[in-house]
Amino acid sequence: MRFLLVFLILLISCSESTEQKSKVDIYTEKGILLLGNGTEPSGIDPHLVTGVPEHKILLALLEGLVVFNPKNNGVLPGVAEDWNVSDDGLSYTFIFNPDAKWTNGDSVKPEDFAYSWERILSPDLGAQYADMLYVIKNAEKFHKGDIKDFSQVGISITNNKLKVELENPTPYFLNILTHYSTWPVHPETVEKHGGMISRNNQWTRVDNFVGNGPFKLESWEINKALRVSRNDLYWGNSSNKINGIEFIPIDNELTQDRLFRSGGIHLANTVPTEKINRYRDERPDELYEHNYFGTYYYRINTNKYPLNNINFRKALSLAIDRELIVKSILKGNQKISYSFTPPDENGYNPTTKLDFNPIKAKEFLEKSGYDVNNPPLEILYNTSEGHQKIAQAIQEMWKKNLGLNVVLTNVDWKVYLTRETQGEFDISRAGWIGDYPDPFTFLDMMVTNRGNNKTGWSNSEFDNILKNAASQISTSDRYNLYEKAEKILIDELPVIPLYTYTRTYLLSQRVKNWQNNILDTNPYQFLSLE
Amino acid sequence: MIQLILKRLLTYIPVLLIVVIITFLMIHAAPGGPFDAERVASPEIIEKLNEAYNLDKPLHVQIFNYLYGAIQGDFGPSFKYPGRTVSELIMSGLPTTIELAVYSILFAIFLGVFSGLLASLNPGKFLDVAPMSISLLGICIPSIILGPILVLIFGIWYDFFPVYGWGDNPGDKILPTITLGTAYAAIFARLTRGGMLEILGQDFIRTARAKGLSETRIIFVHALRGGILPVISFLGPAIAGLLAGSFVVETIFQINGIGRFYVQAAFNRDYTMILGTSILFTFMTLTFVLISDILASFLNPTLRDSGGLE
Repeated sequence: MRFLLVFLILLISCSESTEQKSKVDIYTEKGILLLGNGTEPSGIDPHLVTGVPEHKILLALLEGLVVFNPKNNGVLPGVAEDWNVSDDGLSYTFIFNPDAKWTNGDSVKPEDFAYSWERILSPDLGAQYADMLYVIKNAEKFHKGDIKDFSQVGISITNNKLKVELENPTPYFLNILTHYSTWPVHPETVEKHGGMISRNNQWTRVDNFVGNGPFKLESWEINKALRVSRNDLYWGNSSNKINGIEFIPIDNELTQDRLFRSGGIHLANTVPTEKINRYRDERPDELYEHNYFGTYYYRINTNKYPLNNINFRKALSLAIDRELIVKSILKGNQKISYSFTPPDENGYNPTTKLDFNPIKAKEFLEKSGYDVNNPPLEILYNTSEGHQKIAQAIQEMWKKNLGLNVVLTNVDWKVYLTRETQGEFDISRAGWIGDYPDPFTFLDMMVTNRGNNKTGWSNSEFDNILKNAASQISTSDRYNLYEKAEKILIDELPVIPLYTYTRTYLLSQRVKNWQNNILDTNPYQFLSLE
Repeated sequence: MIQLILKRLLTYIPVLLIVVIITFLMIHAAPGGPFDAERVASPEIIEKLNEAYNLDKPLHVQIFNYLYGAIQGDFGPSFKYPGRTVSELIMSGLPTTIELAVYSILFAIFLGVFSGLLASLNPGKFLDVAPMSISLLGICIPSIILGPILVLIFGIWYDFFPVYGWGDNPGDKILPTITLGTAYAAIFARLTRGGMLEILGQDFIRTARAKGLSETRIIFVHALRGGILPVISFLGPAIAGLLAGSFVVETIFQINGIGRFYVQAAFNRDYTMILGTSILFTFMTLTFVLISDILASFLNPTLRDSGGLE
């Protein structure tokens, strides 16, 4: 009894503090953003990391030659205050902003970029995103060890200007430069704490870190928070309205949801599916749902019978009711996919179609000559309730519309990746988020023998069109070629697109100037708190 | 006694060695490697990465190298977190996990022994049936359910306690402690009740009553000493279980302990981290079981001769 009494007194004493302001209120006054940021970042070295949480942090700490423009998916000046493109589109010259500084006061020089790009392209570093720079002349050869001398790579420096020569005119080159793998590291710091190619380099430690972004690293408590504060030396500091950011690693979306509701964070980067409707009704102003540059699709192993038959693959696609999946299972405002590349109304908007037509599906199945009494096919997916629901629905649709027997196999993430890479699957669920806003980031994946193709599919016409598109200077010519390639893909269906991803998250109304864009990227220096 | 403790400590060596070797073989047998990612890296890169982390060497050389390093306290670099060592990552969360486990066990002992005692003194009555029914509920509700319920009621509806964190805001340690400790409190309650009922029915208690000793003295000096023995014996495995089970609570309350590393390392195939956390949890389990055996031997004269450690 006494214990209960003590407990109650404790409860009441704690309840007295209920009139206190929430953490979000207090931090808004201080100008500090509190962001739910997914998993604990594996690091903050732009040349070694690969994930979204890391990207969100690097966006505060480092800056590339250009900055992503959240309003139109284009670019704004960054370290480069201006740039010139040659008429043939093959060379870019970047003029450096004299006010661009590292947090230790050094100026950001073209040499820093040359060092950084040599670092990420060094085969010994083992950087997983090195291929982002393959558009630069000889970069791929250097990375693959075919040439050893970095001076042969298309990068040169004259009068504080960085000249970059490309393999092909690449109109989306500036977009690529908004990716963190192209951002600079401070050469002296990297050399001091382990050297250019050391993966065990200690330069990213709080005491050692030197960055050039709008914010500087303040503290990093593993699994608790990474804090950054305003960088007074940043060239655009006068217009930066945010004093600091706390990145909180929360990998459980229910925990994050509770944290958001209790006023612990400004941004919850995901919303539990079952709660979306409630937020729509009760807190619509805080629920954000917008298109994302990603496609959820089924990958087909075209090396296997009967999946090597185009008619069979068409039958599979025609028997899928995508609308039902989107409306009854996902419920998150996702859009049905009619193409592999997500459509952009203001840019590349392919006209391909993917119908739901059970009668036609049956016809194509008959054409393929496949006997549905054969041993069942397998849908492979990594453990997730969402993937399971979709797989179950498709299993049912194929059974009902085609009489096809399908088994579902649910495996751990790494097992799933291994089986996909080694081609040990029939049909597997897949998703792809574009690295930069250009269709090439999707279509290039399906070129013969690309590591991420994984379907065994090869079409020389498709490969040639993409190769040809790479040398086009005019965007409309390029888009026309992409569309041709897209048509081949949708006609042959080595991948069956299902829906275009939607970003769904919760954002406090105290955060202003937030832009909904397909890359879900908002450089923090453009935001404000009220 | 000291000799027996030393003997037990010596058994650590083969146990840890077996754990390392079995874990090592199991993680290498599991499909998928630490560098597999959705965005496939070229075979050349994977080769370089394997080289950088010595994964290109034959398995027996890798085990030997690992053991050689581990003996010197070097548990290797984490594969998932480049630039960080396993020891460093473990040390970043271990104090928090231990603190959470200690508070939870104290809460469990306090609540469990108190309700068990109450129940044993009122067999068959309301004060027996009520705590025992609640304790059954406590055992049955997993922390993954209890945590969010407590958060909803005391964190969101009534705003009594913070819903996340550890040591950042006043009162934020209360809900995680209750969540983690409740199941053990329930077990302790049942163990105490069982132990006490057995002791209270023994001759020496009857003798004590016949001698006219006060009921308080009989219960707290004579009976409880024996009645609490099952709780003491269970304490070691309980603390070890709490440490290993802290993952769920750490996730629910966003606590920066090592429970999350323990589980995530397996998903990430972070070989060195899996080994490091396995060694740590094995060591802690062995140590807490040893401590609870020593405690039990002090309380139980029949165990004392053998040190309770045989």
